[in-house]
Amino acid sequence: MLADRGLARVGRSGMGSVAIVVIAVALFLCAGVAPAQQTGDVETAETMVEEALQPLMPPTAVTAVDTPNDRGSAISLTWEHSPDHESGTLLGYSVYRSDNPDTGFVFAGRVPYVQNHYRDSGIGNNEPTYYRVATVALDGREALSETFGPAEAFPQWFNGARVNVLIAVVVFVVAIIYFVNAAKSGKDLFIRRLAGLDEMDNAVGRATEMGKPILYITGLSTISDVATIAGINILGEVAKKTAEYNTKLIVPCADPIVMAVEQEVVKEAYAKAGRPDAYSEDDVFYLTRSQFAYVAGVNGITVRQRPATILYMGMFFAESLVLAETGASIGAIQIAGTDAVTQLPFFITSCDYTLIGEELYAASAYLSREPILLGGLKGQDTVKFIAGVFLIVAVVVATLAATGVIETNFMAPLFVTG
Amino acid sequence: MRRQIPLALCFIAGLFMAVQYFIPHPAVQNTYELLLGWLQTLLAFAFLLGTVSLIRMHFHKIRNRADDRAFSWVTLLGLLGMIGLGFIHPQHQLPGSPFNLMFLNVQVPIEATMFSLLAFYIASAAFRAFRARTLEATLLLIAACIVMLGRVPIGDLIHESIPAATQWILNVPNLAAKRGVMIGVGLGMMATALKIMLGIERAWMGGSD
Repeated sequence: MLADRGLARVGRSGMGSVAIVVIAVALFLCAGVAPAQQTGDVETAETMVEEALQPLMPPTAVTAVDTPNDRGSAISLTWEHSPDHESGTLLGYSVYRSDNPDTGFVFAGRVPYVQNHYRDSGIGNNEPTYYRVATVALDGREALSETFGPAEAFPQWFNGARVNVLIAVVVFVVAIIYFVNAAKSGKDLFIRRLAGLDEMDNAVGRATEMGKPILYITGLSTISDVATIAGINILGEVAKKTAEYNTKLIVPCADPIVMAVEQEVVKEAYAKAGRPDAYSEDDVFYLTRSQFAYVAGVNGITVRQRPATILYMGMFFAESLVLAETGASIGAIQIAGTDAVTQLPFFITSCDYTLIGEELYAASAYLSREPILLGGLKGQDTVKFIAGVFLIVAVVVATLAATGVIETNFMAPLFVTG
Repeated sequence: MRRQIPLALCFIAGLFMAVQYFIPHPAVQNTYELLLGWLQTLLAFAFLLGTVSLIRMHFHKIRNRADDRAFSWVTLLGLLGMIGLGFIHPQHQLPGSPFNLMFLNVQVPIEATMFSLLAFYIASAAFRAFRARTLEATLLLIAACIVMLGRVPIGDLIHESIPAATQWILNVPNLAAKRGVMIGVGLGMMATALKIMLGIERAWMGGSD
């Protein structure tokens, strides 16, 4: 029982070929009866007969290997195109698989005739599998290749296509650890000034002087967003100051998990400042998950309580401008920090100071001035410098390759992951 | 122990999440998917926590006779009313059910109204941003005028090169700046994650000691 379905297809295509021959011969005979007007038909019929009688050639050099860098259950097949590839009579290639080299082949899939590879997924791991690839003609005929196999799918314990990422991570970790240790040993680390963070003290002081609250918003994202975590880190520092100055801090939350973490952070900060009694759980509360209901809630608080200072630190979406413009309308000092590139222009327009992108992540270290955190920041800057140099070299190499000065862009594979 | 256990859990979970990126084996990937499933379960319980926080805060406002307690009444009545409507009709998600009617005819239009305010805020923000008081603001004003004109048919009518100039501004200087910020953001994210994993950054659990 060789490729049941495949043979059936071949059988059907064989009958089709006979029919074509019969029609062609009939046309040929008719041409003899009325020779003058039938010349074109005769040529067509001859071509059809030639095509029908010409054997269809199967693909060659079929190979099947385990798909690399995956979780198993997949085998990758490649083959050389059939000699009929350029004839314009091919539909595609069908792939058949079996656990026996001689029998039981079942249809696995089909690819267009321009393609000479196929990924057979959904098969068992560590099971010997045999393959045959068939050339499929437009008229349905198929020509089967030799059997290839056995091939076995198995899962990998390491994705080799991500070695470049691993190297980058290792370099990053080493740089961070080195600078943290340097900071621990008392080395003086220079960190450039960030105007928005320098102004944080003044913003809190202003609220204290005016006897008005501070509104702190970490955005709509969840705790799995690093920008939210960065916002929470800054909240800890701000809460210490508000506790010291005895200023009311309002933190409306859009995510219940974020709320729970923020409650804990503010509570700890108040306890550290020696003012645990000043902390109220009602000041760090859940509003809603709905984007514009949240905006309505925060804007209501802004307009009614008229905070002297509003801090936006985290991930923001379309609500950013509505929040910031409402804050600007009541004359509050506003400091924003986000890594949402699309929202940055809105904050820059409406807020007094804006932390752009990575500055948000640096804020916690900058505010606390803890040497270990500053060391981490320095390590991050060093890696950024290395990455910048690397990118410049890559751009130069790519430009030289594109203009033909050098033969290949040898750096391109370094940026590809699987 | 109060600090060590969360730090250890954070390190183990963070390390696993980082390592799973490099290991495609089902033993690791299935665990990863299981943990993501747990996150969903955790989120469901967290919503309960959020609702309790909301009710408690507004209840306190009403009890303390705060000035803006009227809004607390509206919030609590809205919350309880919608929960009640959800229970009254067994299939509350079906069109025509009281819950669905309230959602479609009250909440959706209110949210759309809030969203539509954005257009007016963009106009007021643009007015402030485009005042040519400094060199940078002037450059911004010129770039914005070119981009706005290039996005509408009249730009092409004024001069055929305006749409091309728009594309150049968006694809070259604008995109270069965006990518610069994004590279910094990516590295900043990695550094923050690493600092939290290693216990260097502890502000999320209230501080370093």
